[in-house]
Amino acid sequence: MKNRLISFIFVISIIFTFVIFYKSLDKSSLYEPKSEIKDIPEFTATFLFENKEITSKKIFNQNKFYLLNIWASWCVPCRDEHSLLLNLSNNDQIEIIGLNYKDNTNNAKKFLKELGNPYKQILLDNDGTKAIEWGAFGVPESFLIYKNKVVKKFVGPLNFKSVEEIIKLIK
Amino acid sequence: MKILKFFIIILILFYFSPLKADQNKITKNLRCLVCQGQSVYDSDSEFANSLKLVVKNKIDEGLSEQQIYDFLIEKYGEWILYDPQFNKNTYLLWFLPLLLFLFGGTMVMKKLIKKK
Repeated sequence: MKNRLISFIFVISIIFTFVIFYKSLDKSSLYEPKSEIKDIPEFTATFLFENKEITSKKIFNQNKFYLLNIWASWCVPCRDEHSLLLNLSNNDQIEIIGLNYKDNTNNAKKFLKELGNPYKQILLDNDGTKAIEWGAFGVPESFLIYKNKVVKKFVGPLNFKSVEEIIKLIK
Repeated sequence: MKILKFFIIILILFYFSPLKADQNKITKNLRCLVCQGQSVYDSDSEFANSLKLVVKNKIDEGLSEQQIYDFLIEKYGEWILYDPQFNKNTYLLWFLPLLLFLFGGTMVMKKLIKKK
């Protein structure tokens, strides 16, 4: 009786361990938060090209799609996605807003001069706290916004697939 | 001597200031999401440095420790906390060790009674 109980417990624990490990095989080790922010955060920021302050409510106030793109001149993947952003800026249904993350303003301006400016407005985030308000991890990161709500979040540089997804969503 | 005393007092005040203690306590309980196995307190990444600043600003705004955790959970999910909160997803995590302890305890007790 005792031996049977021990072997039963042994088999159960083996099965339990197997199931746990087998289920974890499919899981990605990259962490993505479940809680997507629904409403856009409220904050005030200054512009890159003007020494003027603006609140977030005044930026995303029109009845259209916005893409907030967090970028920096020192960020190499930002260079990769920049041509895609330039193409997307030709679409009238969407307005691209830049959030310049922990950057030197002169370098940021040089970057835009060299590669082109896809942004309608560029806000400054000198200490990275505004990116935290958005729930961002770093640069580059993009948020598709409609009616003051985040529709979709893109972590990392945009690629052809994500741009196609954005175009589909804004149609 | 007076200057030395002054500096010691300043140092003690700085060391025991509630702001510093709170900020360190909170950032030690926050996971640096872009690092491997490091807390925000330990990490020097851009993300961790910004988060430290956000925590400091929130403390200055007068938010309590729990309010800061709630704010960050809303942004990044519960994974950001090292200390899991007690809710329906984590009750097994909190109670399983206790159950195992009770189970082990009864086994030991049973054996002891049998021996007597």
